[in-house]
This record gives sequence, C-alpha cells and structure tokens, in this order.
Amino acid sequence: MVYNTTIDQVGCKERVDRIFSRSIKKESKIWALNTVLSMIDLTTLEGRDSSGKVKQLCYKAAHLHDKHPGLPKVAAICVYPSMVAIAKKSLERTNIKTASVATGFPSGMTNLNSKIEEVKFVVEEGAEEVDMVISRGHFLSGELNYVSDEIAKVKTACGRAKLKVILETGELCTLDNVRKASELAMHSGADFIKTSTGKISESATPVVVLTMLEAIRDYFNNTGKKIGMKPAGGIGKSKLAIQYLVMVRETLGNDWLTPDLFRFGASSLANDVLMQIVKQDQGNYQSSNYFSLD
Amino acid sequence: MAKNSKVKKSDSIDWDYSVALESTDHISISQEYKLFIGGKFVKPLSKKYFNSINPSNEKILSKIASAGKADVNKAVLAAKSAYDTIWSKMDNAERGKYLYRIARLIQEKSRELAVIESLDGGKPIRESRDIDIPLAAAHFFYYAGWADKLDYAFPGSKVSSIGVAGQIIPWNFPLLMAAWKIAPALATGNTVVLKPAESTPLTALKLAEIIQESDLPPGVVNIITGDGATGELLVNNPNVDKIAFTGSTEVGKMIIKSIANSKKKYSLELGGKAANIICEDASIDQAVEGIINSIFFNQGHVCCAGSRLYVQESVSSQIISKLKNRMDHLILGDPLDKNTDIGAINSNEQLKKINMYLDIGKKEGGDFYQSNHTIPKKGYWCAPTLFTDTSQSHRIVQEEIFGPVLAIQTFRTIDEVIDKANNTPYGLSGGIWTDKGSKIFQVSKKMRAGVIWANTFNKFDPASPFGGYKESGIHREGGLEGLAPYVNFDNRTL
Repeated sequence: MVYNTTIDQVGCKERVDRIFSRSIKKESKIWALNTVLSMIDLTTLEGRDSSGKVKQLCYKAAHLHDKHPGLPKVAAICVYPSMVAIAKKSLERTNIKTASVATGFPSGMTNLNSKIEEVKFVVEEGAEEVDMVISRGHFLSGELNYVSDEIAKVKTACGRAKLKVILETGELCTLDNVRKASELAMHSGADFIKTSTGKISESATPVVVLTMLEAIRDYFNNTGKKIGMKPAGGIGKSKLAIQYLVMVRETLGNDWLTPDLFRFGASSLANDVLMQIVKQDQGNYQSSNYFSLD
Repeated sequence: MAKNSKVKKSDSIDWDYSVALESTDHISISQEYKLFIGGKFVKPLSKKYFNSINPSNEKILSKIASAGKADVNKAVLAAKSAYDTIWSKMDNAERGKYLYRIARLIQEKSRELAVIESLDGGKPIRESRDIDIPLAAAHFFYYAGWADKLDYAFPGSKVSSIGVAGQIIPWNFPLLMAAWKIAPALATGNTVVLKPAESTPLTALKLAEIIQESDLPPGVVNIITGDGATGELLVNNPNVDKIAFTGSTEVGKMIIKSIANSKKKYSLELGGKAANIICEDASIDQAVEGIINSIFFNQGHVCCAGSRLYVQESVSSQIISKLKNRMDHLILGDPLDKNTDIGAINSNEQLKKINMYLDIGKKEGGDFYQSNHTIPKKGYWCAPTLFTDTSQSHRIVQEEIFGPVLAIQTFRTIDEVIDKANNTPYGLSGGIWTDKGSKIFQVSKKMRAGVIWANTFNKFDPASPFGGYKESGIHREGGLEGLAPYVNFDNRTL
C-alpha cells in the first residue's frame, strides 16, 4: 500500500469550515459544555509562578463554580517542574491529574541527558502526565531518527506517567510537516500528541488540529492503538471548544470524546464555559465578576 | 440529560446534534400562483393548475398555474412587444441598472429564498443558504457589469441582441438556473420567457415578484409554469428567436430535432457522467472530502456530479474505507435543519429512477454499500450509496443516475484512466486529484470535458464559463463566453 502524508491546505481549510458550520444548540450544547470542562488541562506556565499561585489554581480546578452544583472537575493541572510537588499535594483529595511540562520546555534546546533527568525528576515529584517538546531544529533539518529516539527515551523515563508530545506546530511551517511529526511521535511512544507550548504567537489552529486528528485516526486504523489529542493555546472561548468537539466526533468518532483521549490546554477557557453553562440554565449572561479568576 | 445526547450505561458516548431548524416564520408562500406575463400575475387561460409539494414530507406547498398553448403564446407576444418597443432600444447602461437592482433584491431576500428553495426542492438549507442563493445574486451582479461593455466583449466584432429567448430550466438548482439564464439574456438586450421545472417553481415565482419590485419594464421577463408540454409549446412557438435549455440529453435531442427547420438559435446544457480521478499521490483525506462533495452535493442532483470515481489501485482500499466512514458521518434528514448534509430526493419520479438504477447496479454485480442512515417515513429519500468493483460496461457507470450513487473503478496508469474517463458520450466535467502540478496539466489537457477541477470539485463562479463537450451540450453559460449565445455577431472579422 502506498502511504503518503501530503496535506492539501485549501482542502483542509474547507473541511474545517464545514465542520465549524455545524449548529450546536440546546441539549447537545449543554452536554458539550460540560464535556469541555472535564477535558481542560488548567495551565499556569509562567516564570513568576509561585507556590501560592499554584495552590490557588489547584483549588479552582476542584471547585470551578460551587454555586452551580453538578459541574465536572477539570482533567488536570499543568505546571512547571518545580511546582509539581505543590500541585500534587494540593490535588491529593481529588481525582485531578498533575501534569508537568519537561524536556527544556518550551524550546527544548538542551541536551538529551538533562531532558531525561528532568522527566525523571517530575515523575518522582508525582507528575502523572508529562508534556515534552520535540526538537524542532532536528526535525526541520531532517534528522527524524534523532527526534524519534529522543521521544522513545523520554517515554521510557516516564515510566507509568502518560506522555504528551508537543509538536510546536507553529514552528513546523507546513501541514505536511505537522502530519509527519504526528506520525513520528505516535510511532515513537506518545500517548497524546499536542499542538503547542503556548509560548510562541501561533498556537493551535483548526487546520493543524484537524491534520493531527486525521493522523490519529489513520494510526488507529493501522495499529488499533488509540492516541489522545491536546490542542493548546488560543482556545479561550467555549464556542471554539465545542467546534473542536464536533471536529473530534466527525473525524475520530464519539469514542474520543473523553478526557482520557482529548484535552484542551487552556487557562481562560474554563470561565467562559462556566459563563455559558450558567447562561443556559438561567437564560441570561452573568457578569464575569461572578466567576473566580483562580 | 437530553434525549439525544446522553452517556449510555456502557460508558460509550452517544453525542448527537440537537435539531437546529431554520425558522420559516419570515417567509410567505401564496396558496396559489398564477402566470407572470407582461409584468402581472394573470390567471391561466388553460384554467389548469398543478400542485407543488415539499419532497421531504409530501405536503402541498402551493397550487401552480399550468400554461397552455394560448398562455405560452401570450407570454411570448408580451416578450416580443417589450423587446420591440423598449428593451432592445434602451441604453445599455440603463439595462445594467435593472440587473444590479435585481441582484440586490435577491441578496435582501436571500434568507426567504433559501428557505423556500429547501422547502420546494428538498435540498439542505446549508446549500441553498451558502451556495444557491448567493451564486444567483452573483450571476446578476456579474452580467450587470457586462451590460454597458458589450462593445468591448468581442474585439473585432459588433454584437446585437437576438430577440425573444425561450428558457427552460431544471429542478436541481431552481433559482440559480433561472439566474444563469435570465441575467446574460437581459444584459445583452433580449427579452425572456422562462419556464421553471414542474416540481420546483416557487423560487422562480418569487423572482417574478422581485422583478415586479425592481420596476423592470413589463414583458421583459415572463415566467410561465407547467410541465414538459408547456416547455414543448415554448420551443415550438414561432415568435421565439432563441432556445436555452438545461436538462436531460434526451430532451435536448428532441429540442434540436423540433427546431431543425427554423432559424432559432439554441444553447443546451445537458447530462453528464463525470470522471473523478484520484491518483496515489493525492492528499488522501482532502480527496475523500472531494469525493463526498462531488457526488453527494445536492443529493447527487447535479449534472456535473463526479459520478464515476477512478481510484489508483495502490490507494483504493484506503480511499474506499475512508469514504465509507465519511459517508456514515453525513447527516441525512430535514432539509431545514442547519446540520443536514443530505436532504430529500427532489420528486417521487426521480426517486423511482434512482431506485431502478440501484436494482440494476445490484444485478450487474457491483459491490453495494449504503450508509447506515435512518430514512424518514414520509417524503422521498435515498441514503448515500457506493458501488465498488464496477467496470466501464456496467450501466451504472455509463448512464446518468442523477442521485447520490457513486460507481467506483480502479486504475493502474494515467493513460489507462484518461481513456476510460473519455469513454462516455458525455463530457460536461471532470476531476483530478494529485500532489503533482505536472500531472494536473497532463490529465486535464486530454480529458474531453468542459470543466475540469483539480484538487477540488463542484466549484462555481459567475466569471467562469460552464458547459459541455459531446452530448453534454453546446455553448457556455457564465463568463464572457456566456454572452455569446445571446448575441448576433454583426460583422465578425475574427
């Protein structure tokens, strides 16, 4: 069988437009909003993060909007390595996962040993999920074996922790590269593939997400293994998040509509979704002042 | 939790989209429509009426006048008188103003027109809203622009109008086809008698109301409703100077025969059986989407539909399995639901024809696959269908089905597929999917078809000429070329 990975940018955009023109209303919207909440990796990745800030975020993760009973909790908290222990402790009575970025996040410009050490460190600290970055420089210069080996070694270092591989698609330039990097990551041991670090201006775009979902579908059809997907960055509004659920449903099917296989890397999305949920319930929008920042 | 979006006990998720119906509060459909002749709605002298129904639920939408011989004659005379006294003498730029006005009115009423188009014809609101109606307005805008530039349209030639154009249009894109016919005819100074299809007259009658509102001089456009007999009367009327017809090749041949001894000019846009070719180096997922758009757009009621699919053998199993998966994700149902992808079959007659071909295909031994859709109890429906393992000698490969039915063959080399693509009496359109630019030129040069899409399908633009080779028709509609069938060349020097 001939296998090719070319992506037609124009056709891909047309498919996205078609998917995004779905009209999600009433009960299907309420279900989607709740599902989006349960898929969020609530994230704080700043140089000024402190234990106080992380603790506050962890409390928010478990108590999104207690005024409104029956809401799900977010899927995970995503922090820098030095904050893992604090997050882990703050989340101990919840089933919310602790995730950490690693491998010289966000650029990945460090040597392999340091990356492995960092991964081992965050796992020891209690991270259940590790978000690594690929070496984009090596990828773009054609050293695919290097990138693959690196992912495989990080995967080994992860042990039982789940590995999310960040492709940083904004630096890969073409959809052909996005597709190629997705396959490389999945074949090298990724449990999830993730679009972006959120640290460069271009983050998850709809065409990129669709291209990655299609790669996941083909990988599943060829191997029977279900790989997860995490778009990250730039998803601040619930409307866009719901459109992504539609994209997942129509590309991979309803099986993927679970936090085990689909996540949103986002910081401001949760409150927008909460605002929508309360609106669906009460019929009018509440002021943003009614929703806690963290 | 909602009825149609729930989490089942087995933990498997069953998220369906809730119904999102386009409102019908804002539309008005009269209980009865008369004939639009000489700028007025007049009772038919034939005293006959027929019903226009909603094919998605079989409910009657309106009672429509059926034009008899005296009515057709009256309409043609109204057109002739308007031609002789006003329209042919009017300043070109003035004529253009009317076309701009009609275009703007179509835009203003686009929502109402889209809903009525979907009610009357069964097509999904997504398509009538996003494709049919905007393109209809665009055609009027485009030809409005040509009205005062005719002296420069054909360098070396002076052109003049022909007279009365008798225009007969099909039911698959009712308002759009009316626009394709009326806009170039008026821009070039002709007057019109238009007969919409029997099963979808409503948007043409709405257009008659728009034309009234635009203050177009009475008689410049006349719209008469009726069945094939009315069309025949129009074709044979001695005061008609030109026939423009879109429809089946069979009827097209009858028209040519019946006007053979007259001076009438004609342009025909007839059937098709387009080859859509997928090479192994194509972008696979986008090609699959292209196949969906090529054959299931408007329930396959498209003369340029890519109804013959040729897939290179090395990727055929991959393409076909992806195609089946994609078909199962299409949403079939109420045409007014904004999420509907596949609407109703236009009429009971057409459904019978499609079902006949499904039987033929099964008997011929093609491998049959139909998507797993629940078909509504009322109305006319056909789930998206594939026949794989077909060959050139299958009737479902040779004949135009005009429904959501795709016949798939595989090929090995480019030369082979070009021969097969051309091995048909039709030549309206074709498609080629490859990552190689050179291959696009290689194939499109050798394919005998009027329109060839590369890495896309079913794209239309008023500036782009459309029409067929061989038995798919004669002359072009759209673009500069679309002016030519509506003019006499007075001193052609080139």
